[in-house]
Amino acid sequence: MRKKLAAILAAALAITGCVQPGPVGSAGSASPPSASTAFPKEVLIGAVYPLTGSQAPTGLDLKNGIDLAVELINSGKTDFDLPLVKDGGGLKSLGGAKLKIVYGDSQADPQKGQSETERLITSEKVTAMLGAYNSAVTATASQAAERLGTPFVNPESSSPTLVTNGYKWFFRSTPDDSMFAENFFQFLDDAAKKFPGKVAKKVAILHTDDLFGSDVNKFSRQFAQQYGYEVATDAAYKANTPDLTSEIQRLKASGAGILIEASYLPDATLAIKGLKQQDVNFQGILGMDAGFVDTKFIPNVGKDAEGLISREVWAKDLAAKKPLVKQVNDLFKSRYGTDMNGTSARSFTGVFVLADAINRAVSLEPGKIQAALRKTDLKGAQIIMPWDGVSFDERGQNTKGRGIMVQVQKGEYVTVWPVDLASKELVWPVPEWSKR
Amino acid sequence: MDILAQSVTSGVLLGLILALSAAGLTLIWGVMDIVNFAHGDFLMLGMYGTFFAWSILGLDPLVALPGVVIALAAVGVVVYATIIRPVLRGSVLAQIFATFGLGILLRGLAQFFFSPAFRQVGETASSGIVAAGPVSVGREQVVAAAGALIVSLLLFAILDRTTLGTALRATAEDRTAAELMGIDSARMFALAWALGAGCVGAAGALLAIYFPIFPDVGATFGLLAFVTVALGGFGSVTGAVFAGILIGVVVNLAGVLVDPSYKFAIAYALYLVVLSIRPQGLLGRA
Repeated sequence: MRKKLAAILAAALAITGCVQPGPVGSAGSASPPSASTAFPKEVLIGAVYPLTGSQAPTGLDLKNGIDLAVELINSGKTDFDLPLVKDGGGLKSLGGAKLKIVYGDSQADPQKGQSETERLITSEKVTAMLGAYNSAVTATASQAAERLGTPFVNPESSSPTLVTNGYKWFFRSTPDDSMFAENFFQFLDDAAKKFPGKVAKKVAILHTDDLFGSDVNKFSRQFAQQYGYEVATDAAYKANTPDLTSEIQRLKASGAGILIEASYLPDATLAIKGLKQQDVNFQGILGMDAGFVDTKFIPNVGKDAEGLISREVWAKDLAAKKPLVKQVNDLFKSRYGTDMNGTSARSFTGVFVLADAINRAVSLEPGKIQAALRKTDLKGAQIIMPWDGVSFDERGQNTKGRGIMVQVQKGEYVTVWPVDLASKELVWPVPEWSKR
Repeated sequence: MDILAQSVTSGVLLGLILALSAAGLTLIWGVMDIVNFAHGDFLMLGMYGTFFAWSILGLDPLVALPGVVIALAAVGVVVYATIIRPVLRGSVLAQIFATFGLGILLRGLAQFFFSPAFRQVGETASSGIVAAGPVSVGREQVVAAAGALIVSLLLFAILDRTTLGTALRATAEDRTAAELMGIDSARMFALAWALGAGCVGAAGALLAIYFPIFPDVGATFGLLAFVTVALGGFGSVTGAVFAGILIGVVVNLAGVLVDPSYKFAIAYALYLVVLSIRPQGLLGRA
């Protein structure tokens, strides 16, 4: 009954000219939809994110990124060099079908994330899923999608374990924490090329004793060995510790030239002040995101932040080398009043990964979309991320992702690595505290 | 050797702040046998008060300190009058949960009104570095510790040299006898809360000079204050000061000589050992 109705509707639409013709003329096209198949008018995509609760502000960033991507894909803008967008909008191969996002609210709770994913797939009948930011939620949500055989694109969760389950329907476009840890040493190697003899081979690691900090320590140690660096010491501390004196003394005694640090905001602040007060100097201090990129970090630490380096996922000054970043960020800012950040930029990119695959699948069949995702090959120039592109390995992990390194210069974080995307020259080594 | 000197110095500086906040806690216990589980959250209030005095009124934390102390003393009296006095008639459990609940409430209110964001007082008159030989520490830590020492000495003077202090100690010693001598114990209880909260307010104002401020900051220092009080001896203000410095030094030495990951564990282990030998604490009454 429903099929009949759909056919009648489609016929009516075709007559009135509402549906654009599909690529029928393209001879040799892999599997052109048969004439009897009506093009869908809308493609429903489910998106599970923490939209309410303590993480609602982050949820809003994520939603804004997704909404802008959908708007661009649906309306098309020929001056934007983004896939689908520059071709005039809509999913071309599906007769210009529009994307429609159906949101589910995880409240950052793994259980809610799972039930919302099930609801979106079974009751809302979404074609594919996006989500879910929090690694713990992504774990349960992707499990549900796996069970229900629905493609799941994860644009922004960085826990390395998410791609170790052997899932067939899970695809992660963001680099994970181990890749970010590797970036530290690739960055140091590049710095050594630029400043020969000035980059030490001995590093020290200061980290929180929770999962985040311990993982950073583990992966840093692993990649240090691989890249020929020596970890002279590591010091673990409890987050929000009242004092870091003995930790700092241990770092000093180790004789390391470089410090890698995984800290939240209060500890990051305490550490930098302590290093200065006890006059402990490193050629460079490399922060692992978290506290170092908090918007309060530079205001709190003041001029002592100068020269600090942190790992980041995205920065708006990438626009210096990628004009597309400025185009998209300007539009984002005019819509939502704030600049994009690493969170919204990644959810924005996730929509393109999924839309590109559905367009190439020329079908809404889950299996065909899954196969198309496997063959994803987005180029670096087609995305607003600092990546070499997007293409997935057999685990579903994007192998072309990478982080960037930002350095505080004149009170602002600027991109200094990778070299081809840097907006400013790296300052190395940073001056000793007593000479500032 | 340099590392030891550095660690001991930093330990003493931290210990003096711990000592002051613990002195306030132990004072209330000594006078009326109530443990204020919201003590760490009073510290948080003192820190926020200092932060807003700095960010809104442009006051240096040291200038804001007397005002913060008076405000916190007032909070102490209000808490005593509205929450503590009624539950004194209830069971011991009710007394414990009343202050415990108050602490959670204060933390929740701070989260709601001040947001979970981390705040920090910027450059102040105390900013800078003090270096002597192998030891180099922040001037803000030195100023905060010196301030804590001065306030602790003031507390001793009030308790030891004034009539009020004598009356307070008399109430702590033997409430019934003190009442027979004409001392109004309800007023003494209120005074204990005022002094206790005032002390932790001062500690908060001094700590705010260099430590980040957030709604849960009291939890970090609250636990240390309880351990300090128990180690020094419940009810002994002198013991609390002594234990505060001891904990500060032990934590830092353990971090350097053993491993930073275990520094608090070692301090707590020391506390358990002391308590197993002297259950009343170092200077507590048996």
